[in-house]
Amino acid sequence: MASKQPDVKDFVDRKYEHGFFTDIEADTLAPGLNEDVIRLISKIKGEPAFMLDWRLKAFSHWQTMQEPDWAKLERDAIDYQAISYYSAPRSSADAPKSLDEVDPKLLETYDKLGIPLHERARLAGVAVDAVFDSVSVATTFKEKLAEAGVLFCSFSEAVKDHPELIERYLGTVVPHRDNFFAALNSAVFTDGSFVYIPKGVRCPMELSTYFRINAANTGQFERTLIIADEGSYVSYLEGCTAPQRDENQLHAAVVELIAEKDAEIKYSTVQNWYPGDEEGRGGIYNFVTKRGDCRGDRSKISWTQVEAGSAITWKYPSCVLRGNDSVGEFYSVAVTNNLQQADTGTKMIHIGKNTRSTIISKGISAGRAQNAYRGLVKIFPTAENARNYSQCDSLLMGNQCGAHTFPYMEIKNPTAQVAHEATTSKIADDQLFYCRQRGLREEDAVNMIVNGFCKEVFRKLPMEFAVEAQALMNVSLEGAVG
Amino acid sequence: MLIEIKNLHASVNDIEIIKGLDLDVAPGEVHAIMGPNGSGKSTLAQALAGREDYVVTEGSVSYKGQNLLDMEPDSRARAGLFLSFQYPVEIPGVSNVYLLKAALNACRKEKGETEIDAVEFMRFIKDKAKLMELDEKFLSRGVNEGFSGGEKKRNEIFQMAVLEPDLAILDETDSGLDIDALKVVANGLNAQRDGQRSFLLITHYQRLLDYIEPDYVHVLADGRIIRSGGKELALELEENGYDNILAAAS
Ligand SMILES: Nc1ncnc2c1ncn2[C@@H]1O[C@H](COP(=O)(O)OP(=O)(O)O)[C@@H](O)[C@H]1O
Ligand SMILES: [Mg+2]
Repeated sequence: MASKQPDVKDFVDRKYEHGFFTDIEADTLAPGLNEDVIRLISKIKGEPAFMLDWRLKAFSHWQTMQEPDWAKLERDAIDYQAISYYSAPRSSADAPKSLDEVDPKLLETYDKLGIPLHERARLAGVAVDAVFDSVSVATTFKEKLAEAGVLFCSFSEAVKDHPELIERYLGTVVPHRDNFFAALNSAVFTDGSFVYIPKGVRCPMELSTYFRINAANTGQFERTLIIADEGSYVSYLEGCTAPQRDENQLHAAVVELIAEKDAEIKYSTVQNWYPGDEEGRGGIYNFVTKRGDCRGDRSKISWTQVEAGSAITWKYPSCVLRGNDSVGEFYSVAVTNNLQQADTGTKMIHIGKNTRSTIISKGISAGRAQNAYRGLVKIFPTAENARNYSQCDSLLMGNQCGAHTFPYMEIKNPTAQVAHEATTSKIADDQLFYCRQRGLREEDAVNMIVNGFCKEVFRKLPMEFAVEAQALMNVSLEGAVG
Repeated sequence: MLIEIKNLHASVNDIEIIKGLDLDVAPGEVHAIMGPNGSGKSTLAQALAGREDYVVTEGSVSYKGQNLLDMEPDSRARAGLFLSFQYPVEIPGVSNVYLLKAALNACRKEKGETEIDAVEFMRFIKDKAKLMELDEKFLSRGVNEGFSGGEKKRNEIFQMAVLEPDLAILDETDSGLDIDALKVVANGLNAQRDGQRSFLLITHYQRLLDYIEPDYVHVLADGRIIRSGGKELALELEENGYDNILAAAS
């Protein structure tokens, strides 16, 4: 972090020369996007030339692209020239010094979610050096990983320390021209996470951004790259159940996973960005591109996600099943309340022989929310004996919300076996009445039924995450019935 | 009296089904309510349990001295009113024991008792499951998920045994059971007759009453009780069928 300071200062000093900086708060770029901004970002970060070239290619392609327009999502237009594309990591000087200085309402929510005490401080943005626990935990954690040869660091550090890995893998799963938001991310992303698991190594612990010091402020354009080399295994956790606020309305992250021969990656997400108020004001637009490449034979990638936050969620964590006998999995719970909108699902692209994929999607809508599952199962002519099983269940609470299912299939090999099941149910009055007749209060009965509905997905989450996810469900649907 | 029902009228979808029904049940009594299909037996049970769509339009129900009709369905349950459903619903993903433990703890909390922990709870329910000949596998399965008709009914009585209510309303718990299952259910019920607990046995057939002897039998027809008597009334019904009694009453 220290090494960045001079760079920031450097461009701040030159602000009059280029004329696109505000003269306030020295370390934030003025809103606006052009090639100079991208050059600056790359320079501030001290990137090698290949990175700048790549960003510029992405940018020039982005300029030719149309922002997607999805029938099922309603939103205000985004003004890309009104966004500031770089903010220096904030110093901890103005962060709260202890939990006593944190909004009691936020603490109350942490309490409801059962977030451990030592995590609350970090989540509430208490200055890291004031959070003794997490620092010491993180240090022992780093040592253990180093012993195993696992690389786990911020994207910026990886660009500096392991440029050869970045150059070899970056953009090989989600190319810079993939889609509008991925192209934008490629041009302007400022940080994110990097993981490399060497051949034959089973990562000794679950990796979570929580343990990556200076994970804060990775900003609205985050980029994650995870590489599991031959025969390795890693489980990665992203996000947390605690509500996260952010001044930035647009979040356009990209996640790329690469599983080489016999490698396995398990990627779990709990997303709880601020959804906006009951009228939908001020919520986050969460437009994410996540894709995994099962590059080697017998490799496996599974995505598990619990999507509870954001005003709009648009994401389709996907698997490209290139290796023979490779396996892709997608387990998802998406819950929308009030005016939230979620359009989520997956793509399973079967290329290799005997590739298998499983899709379990659970959508829950309450209030006036809209929840759509959109999935593609594509079987290439080369994919002999490919198999897919998809199950999409929707649960509606009340009469004003909606659930929509769009399963697409393209099957180019006659040996494929593809099965799709879909159900839509109302949170049935008779189930609710049954539970209440046994003595449960209405709210508890709803929580119990919803958690039962999500169980298949929750059980795929790492243990401590699963408990939190269940609590999150209850908090997210508070007041949805009654 | 445990429960006093006076001139009860109840409608479903604006159609009056219960048309002025009076019934008193004292602690420890077993009342059988018999009647042809469509006479309103289930409607009575649901209305007493507080199901929303079953609207009471007239009359009063006093339960333990309180106005039952003012209470939420879950408060009624926590106050010791239990309904064994004619058609128990399936709740996928919610395990039988999980629901039951939450229910038991809700009831205990209401009474100011401490919550029971998982280990203690498993010990507590073990014998009761055995009594109802419910395999332990059933306990961890989703509530009624994939249970056969007979298993669902045994599960209802098992839940009742765990929750130990003061008034148990059993809506056709005997229908759809073969003779062995019927015996198991009857055994379970008899084990819970302790001189204090009261039962409202709703049944279409008299055969359950061969195993559980009622103190009173009432015949329900078209939303009213048209005849009441002792257990011999059930035998009379068995012999002559509903038609004679209905004809005599009209
Ligand atoms: N949910 C409902 N909607 C409409 N009609 C109903 C409903 N429930 C019961 N009924 C009607 O009320 C009458 C009594 O039904 P019910 O109480 O189930 O009778 P029983 O249990 O004695 O067979 C029947 O005519 C039935 O069709
Ligand atoms: Mg009935």
